Amino acid sequence: MPHKTFLAFIWPSLLAMVLFIALPIFSVGYQSLFVEHEQVLIITENCGPFGCSDEVTVDAQAMATLRAEQPAGRFNGLSTYTNASHLATDEIGEIFATSENWNEIRNRIMNLPFYKALAFTLAYTFIVTPLVIILGFIIAVVVNAVPSMLKGPVIFFSLIPMLVTPLVGSLVLFWMIDSRGIIGAALQVVFDNPTLSLKASPTLTWITLFVYGVWHSAPFAFVVFYAGLQTVPQDTMESAMVDGANRWERIRFVIIPYLMPLATFIALMQLMDNFRVFEPIIGFSAAASATSLSYLIYNDLRAAESPLFGSAAATSMLTIVGVVILLLPVLRRNWREFNRKA
Amino acid sequence: MKMQLKSAVAATALIVAGGTAWADCGIESGSVRILSNDFAALHAVAEWAEQCASDTVEVTKNQTEEHKNIQVPALSIDPATYTVAVVATNSIVPLLNDDLIRPLDDLVAEHGGQLQESQLIRVNGQIMAIAFMANSQHLFYREDVLAANGLEVPQTFEEMFAAAEVLKAAGYETPISSNFMPGWNLAAEFVNTYLGTGNDFFEPGSAKLAINNEDGLAVLETMKTMVDYMSNDWATFDSNSQKPIWEADEAVLSISWGSRAGAYIADDSPAPEIAAATAFAASPGIGDSNIPTAALWWDGFTIAKNISDEDAEASFIAMMRGISPEMMAENLDKAVWLIDGYEPTRASSGVIDGISKGARPYPMLPYMGILHTALGDNLSEFLQGQESAEQALADIEAAYTTAATEAGFLN
Repeated sequence: MPHKTFLAFIWPSLLAMVLFIALPIFSVGYQSLFVEHEQVLIITENCGPFGCSDEVTVDAQAMATLRAEQPAGRFNGLSTYTNASHLATDEIGEIFATSENWNEIRNRIMNLPFYKALAFTLAYTFIVTPLVIILGFIIAVVVNAVPSMLKGPVIFFSLIPMLVTPLVGSLVLFWMIDSRGIIGAALQVVFDNPTLSLKASPTLTWITLFVYGVWHSAPFAFVVFYAGLQTVPQDTMESAMVDGANRWERIRFVIIPYLMPLATFIALMQLMDNFRVFEPIIGFSAAASATSLSYLIYNDLRAAESPLFGSAAATSMLTIVGVVILLLPVLRRNWREFNRKA
Repeated sequence: MKMQLKSAVAATALIVAGGTAWADCGIESGSVRILSNDFAALHAVAEWAEQCASDTVEVTKNQTEEHKNIQVPALSIDPATYTVAVVATNSIVPLLNDDLIRPLDDLVAEHGGQLQESQLIRVNGQIMAIAFMANSQHLFYREDVLAANGLEVPQTFEEMFAAAEVLKAAGYETPISSNFMPGWNLAAEFVNTYLGTGNDFFEPGSAKLAINNEDGLAVLETMKTMVDYMSNDWATFDSNSQKPIWEADEAVLSISWGSRAGAYIADDSPAPEIAAATAFAASPGIGDSNIPTAALWWDGFTIAKNISDEDAEASFIAMMRGISPEMMAENLDKAVWLIDGYEPTRASSGVIDGISKGARPYPMLPYMGILHTALGDNLSEFLQGQESAEQALADIEAAYTTAATEAGFLN
């Protein structure tokens, strides 16, 4: 295709990508370099229904002048990235200097909010993604073998977890695992432990979130694999059968290699999705035991009366960097395959 | 068909009659646009303010739990999206910080005859808000169960834990409940308990944190002991999830919001015997201090700065109707009203008891919200037994200092 034709076709989507992807990311990156102006504080006498007292308040007029001069705020360089709520470079240096053994170093680093969130985010990503691919593949193979009359209903029910809004899905499970809910109460009977609660211990909360993640995303992998299964070349399958391959050997040596590019695609999507894990943490009220990078951003923007835009922007940029690092191996593999074909 | 027509005519007649009967608030023209939180007492206030609507006066409302997040952007533009922002002790602070609300002294002098001095929120000598109700957390207890076990209503945490021990022996596995869900709720419990020590959160006149001390540790230990008597699921409890546990007869002593008390003893409670035996008192004191461990809150309204004087006046007059003694007479049990002529009800006895025993207000400081967030994020690991109280206080201080520096309150 001549370059001119190519450009004519691509420019609308290029424009959309610049407007809706590049510009917002640039704006977030810019914002992460700034923090709020230094507040001008004055002491005033404040009175209310419960009496009077001298209290500190912000001099709103003085602040308005400051903001008019520099609307973006006070330039802070990369200091937001390195402060205690993010990469905590000073704190890590001190931990290495004053800790006695590796165990202490690990515990103290895991106590820093960013690394605590990163640990759960990575654990979630690397446990949920492979399980989703495996489970999705198994469901696809099983559904493919179901008599065609039953296929429609079976596919529909397999897709339900994906159709449910993540927040609603997690809330439904949250109530089911309550100690008065059907799963929670059943587990208490099974393990003969009336005080067992999936919400109480961090480990069990993590496992609950992983199970939820697999439950929610497996249908996506299933749909992709199932579509792929319909295109498996029948002559190859037949020749494998003629050669005496049993069902397992046909799956192992024909279907899996054939569907491998699809697995790469699912891995790509799932790595990106799972690295942004957020809704289940809210739905399961799990913030006591598990936080993710997205949760930190949400917390910066929503928890306090005045949002911390700089802090949220810095965490967002670090999340983007994290996604890029995660995807590099998969992208490189794709690139090599592309080159081989070309 | 005939029936439908009849009822339509009747309904129209009612609406017209209602409109004309109430239209005379004394507003000539203007627009009143109310933004508020979403609970029963505020519904009543907004409904009464809406009665001022007429051909020339428009009254609209947006009552949502998201009010805190939309109020600053909505009032920053000119003209502001809302003319009235209903706020509480904490949510007025961002409006003050950004200079988004107007002083009300003139309007109070002209139209505020019904107000009592205690309703006026003054900042630096100017009236910035009009308070109309009070709220605080307090003790909910079961009269019948305490009496059956020979227990008095606990006045201090020591007595509360002693009572809990007796109740545990009597078969109540989890006698205590409270809003310990990490985040805003858990932080509010720390704030409550720390206020009970009589100490302040910050060094006087500065944003420097001052909770890393003996009292801070005592508060944490008290909260940890609370958890020992609470359900294993304590980390998921907010004020909504506490009520079913209370009604299931699983808790006997609970610290919860005064604004929820009415629902606990309502006639339509699913557990009428428990509702009848539920009573309220001030929160217990901590250590030797007899200050109730509860923060006092007020709810009130403010008028936006970026609107015309005509709309501001219309809004003030409409809100005067919204918080009139007539409104209160119809909604007595929905809140602890600060309005002239209020007579306490059974549901308000806990809040009133707290006020009379000297409970302290929630600090109206520009950096209090940052501390509240830091507390909410850093207490649960200590309560789960994963780190020491000293470490928890150090984590809180680190999180607060980082955020307060970014917000420009500390260097």
